[in-house]
Amino acid sequence: MATKATSAEVNDTTGPEEGVRRRDFLNVAAVSFAGVGAVAAIAPLIVQMSPSADVLAMATTEVDISKIQPGQGIKTSWRKQPVFIRNLMPKEIAEANAVPLSDLRDPQTLAERTKPGKTNWLITLGVCTHLGCVPLGIGEGENRGPFGGYFCPCHGSAYDTAARIRQGPAPKNLTVPDYKFLSATTVQIG
Amino acid sequence: MVRVIGFLVGLVFAGVLLISLVSNAASYFRNPPAPLASEEFHKEPKPLRLASDGPFGKFDNRQLQRGFQVYSEVCSACHSMKLVSFRDLKGIGYNDAEIKKIASDWKVQVPSINPDTGEPATRKALSSDNFPSPFANEVAARAANNNALPPDLSLITKAREGGAAYVHSLLTGYQNQPAELLKKFPDAKTPPNLHYNPYFANLNIAMPPPLTTDGQVQYEDGTKPTVNQMATDVAAFLVWTAEPNLASRHAAGLAVAIFLLIASVLGYFAYQNIWYSSKREVRVTGALDPENQEKNRRAKAKQGVAG
Amino acid sequence: MSFSWAKPYEPKHPVMRWIDERLPLPRVVYGAIGGGYPVPRNLNYWWNFGVLAGIFLTIQIVTGIVLAMHYTASTDGAFNSVNQLIMRDVNAGWLLRYAHMNGASFFFLVTYIHIFRGLYYGSYKAPRELVWMLGLVIYLLMMATGFMGYVLPWGQMSYWGAQVITGFFSAFPLVGEPIRIWLLGGYAPDQAALTRFFSLHYLLPFVIAGVVILHIWALHIPGSSNPTGVDVKSERDTLPFHPFYTAKDGWFAAAVLLFYALVTYYAPNYLGHPDNYIPANPLATPAHIVPEWYFWPFYAILRSFTVDFILPAKLWGVLAMFSSILLLFFLPWLDKSPVRSGSYRPVFKRFFWLLVIDVLILGYIGGAEINARNVALGQAAAAYYFLHFLVILPLVSKFETTLPLPNSISESVLHGEEAEAAPAGQTKTKRGGSVATTTAH
Repeated sequence: MATKATSAEVNDTTGPEEGVRRRDFLNVAAVSFAGVGAVAAIAPLIVQMSPSADVLAMATTEVDISKIQPGQGIKTSWRKQPVFIRNLMPKEIAEANAVPLSDLRDPQTLAERTKPGKTNWLITLGVCTHLGCVPLGIGEGENRGPFGGYFCPCHGSAYDTAARIRQGPAPKNLTVPDYKFLSATTVQIG
Repeated sequence: MVRVIGFLVGLVFAGVLLISLVSNAASYFRNPPAPLASEEFHKEPKPLRLASDGPFGKFDNRQLQRGFQVYSEVCSACHSMKLVSFRDLKGIGYNDAEIKKIASDWKVQVPSINPDTGEPATRKALSSDNFPSPFANEVAARAANNNALPPDLSLITKAREGGAAYVHSLLTGYQNQPAELLKKFPDAKTPPNLHYNPYFANLNIAMPPPLTTDGQVQYEDGTKPTVNQMATDVAAFLVWTAEPNLASRHAAGLAVAIFLLIASVLGYFAYQNIWYSSKREVRVTGALDPENQEKNRRAKAKQGVAG
Repeated sequence: MSFSWAKPYEPKHPVMRWIDERLPLPRVVYGAIGGGYPVPRNLNYWWNFGVLAGIFLTIQIVTGIVLAMHYTASTDGAFNSVNQLIMRDVNAGWLLRYAHMNGASFFFLVTYIHIFRGLYYGSYKAPRELVWMLGLVIYLLMMATGFMGYVLPWGQMSYWGAQVITGFFSAFPLVGEPIRIWLLGGYAPDQAALTRFFSLHYLLPFVIAGVVILHIWALHIPGSSNPTGVDVKSERDTLPFHPFYTAKDGWFAAAVLLFYALVTYYAPNYLGHPDNYIPANPLATPAHIVPEWYFWPFYAILRSFTVDFILPAKLWGVLAMFSSILLLFFLPWLDKSPVRSGSYRPVFKRFFWLLVIDVLILGYIGGAEINARNVALGQAAAAYYFLHFLVILPLVSKFETTLPLPNSISESVLHGEEAEAAPAGQTKTKRGGSVATTTAH
């Protein structure tokens, strides 16, 4: 390697300024290029934690609602979370519409939470917006709370017939997911 | 001490190995092993060229769709594809609506339970389901196939030596047992439930020839469905089922390889830079100091000592 | 670090000073791989492979941790979690799996080159015996980790490889079978074995990392050896690790990673076995059970013992296989030549290359089909392996004449004329050779 008479020495002496800057540029370029690569290599490590294709595929669920009578509801699952599908009775619809918006912590009308022409179909997540428990009230005989809708036993949040929060610590109404009616008897959620 | 014990251990191992070697050699020459029909008559797969071959290979979606047609019309009667989902078909060019239809029309239904009674039942497949197996379990599969188990095809081109070429050669390789074989190995006649195929490891395969006539499948894109064409298309399709990410793998590989090539070259020049741009002049002291060397040389010359 | 001219750590940045005053980690790093670690100036590229091994250990740990986020360690779910979930559905899952799979192969490849560097240049000799032995411990841990990792996908080779390797223990009389059952948690590899292998496979790489730290620490006491085997005498013999060897390691690592990328992206299954894409079936043995390529030499030694002689052949095979690695621990005492580097030991050098060829032959035999010719070749090669370390090396180191060594590293780096500049008259060096103008490598 060393063909010259003298050998390389530890470089604690600096050469001419210009030469150093030119030489440094190559080193800086090499290190920066490698650095870019290192950052790019992190991308797959982060992206792999995003939902995988099979999880994304389960993002829509079709539900058959033909057997739900007025006044009844079913609990089903969508994206591994509970969904309440309730067929509201006319009494319950009237009750919901009679509530002044100013009384509501999270003001929404029943019409805003249902599809036009199908205001009797109330489809919401069965997840309390406080800390995530599954409220009671969807099944026969379950406690429907002081407002006749749903009642969360964990901390006492009470929802009305339109699943809006009326009492208790929950900040928001039960979430209405994206859904559409594929037919009169089938709903696609998600 | 260590060396003495080591010496003995080494001699012991070498000795036992020598005994094994001599004994094996003796028995080999005394009773040379009989030749096997499968060794002599087995054929290596014929080379197969597919669009997905090589570092720049990509899939030909039209061929994959033809191959899928062959699978669904011929192979799926016995062979499952459990690791592939209907939604994966998007990768070979079908859209969501077509996939939904393929899934719900699929002749095998997905195991499910009756929502009212809880009894085992079946339901139509959804796009998010995997291809349902034609048989409920291994016992059922063997019962329907003379105790042979049709292997799952999801990974078959990665699970067999020779890959797609092997699959293609196997499908097109059925023939009558050659007379030559029967003459040399009269005991090696193909048993009645098996079929002679020289590309199969032990020459006799339980699967009857699945592609027997041209036109067995009517291709939607109008390609002529010869046996060779169908075998090639289904082999290409099975490469895709085993490696659906092949195209993105090749593309990413090109980017990474070019990046690393540039990084190596830049790095090499930076390395040369650092090693040779450091100060070359040396403050040397001691025996190798040029001043000292000069002094030494003059002193020696004065004393008349040879340098 | 015992070189007096090693640059002390003087942090200029106030943040670094603040940290260093409270936890001297920056100082330790500076002294280990920074400007504060003097390294012989004449290292060649065979010295790059230790760092490369560290790089591949890091790649394995990182890819392994993210793969473990998706893997299911159950006999029903393992194969599908690898071949469906990870390979198809997880974003970039195929890349992580192939990177981890081929990373293991490259980790072993660079480690083997690193070991053979040590064998040729006498890196195992005093005062670095402990560095050598810690390295062997790392190697044993790597073998255990690699074996258990290969079982996790629960393919045919995973299952039958586990069956064969745990079967080794049953070769030992009396205690063998109970040990095997204890290891497996059952009578054959099953759920119990799979979950414990997953747990240990996750754990051992961190144990390896710890032993690597000890390995480097032990090395940094005497400092790195060099191709001449001559000790560092003065500052002139060394260069600070940073930037000289960080640059050299850096560019070479990029080139090796290029090679790794080409395999991972374009031939990811070349080093593997197709049978591992078949789900494990305890009732059907594959035609040829073989481990991964990095175990092939040991597999060849194991299978070479075919005849019962006092002990059953199976027991001979297991004993020989374990001994083939254990004897390496004794190497510093088997080879006691005071000359370290093979460059100055011509007889030793020839036997070294014979060993390399022998190990390559053993490797080939380990993966090849079993027929009379291969078995015989394997037996001869295995015999040579044991004779090399246990009989030949001790004799060679005792009776060989070595070439004269250079006076110092600097002298060996310079050519010709400067080496004459000794005091007038011929002198003999301590090693018994005369002052010579030999060059390194």
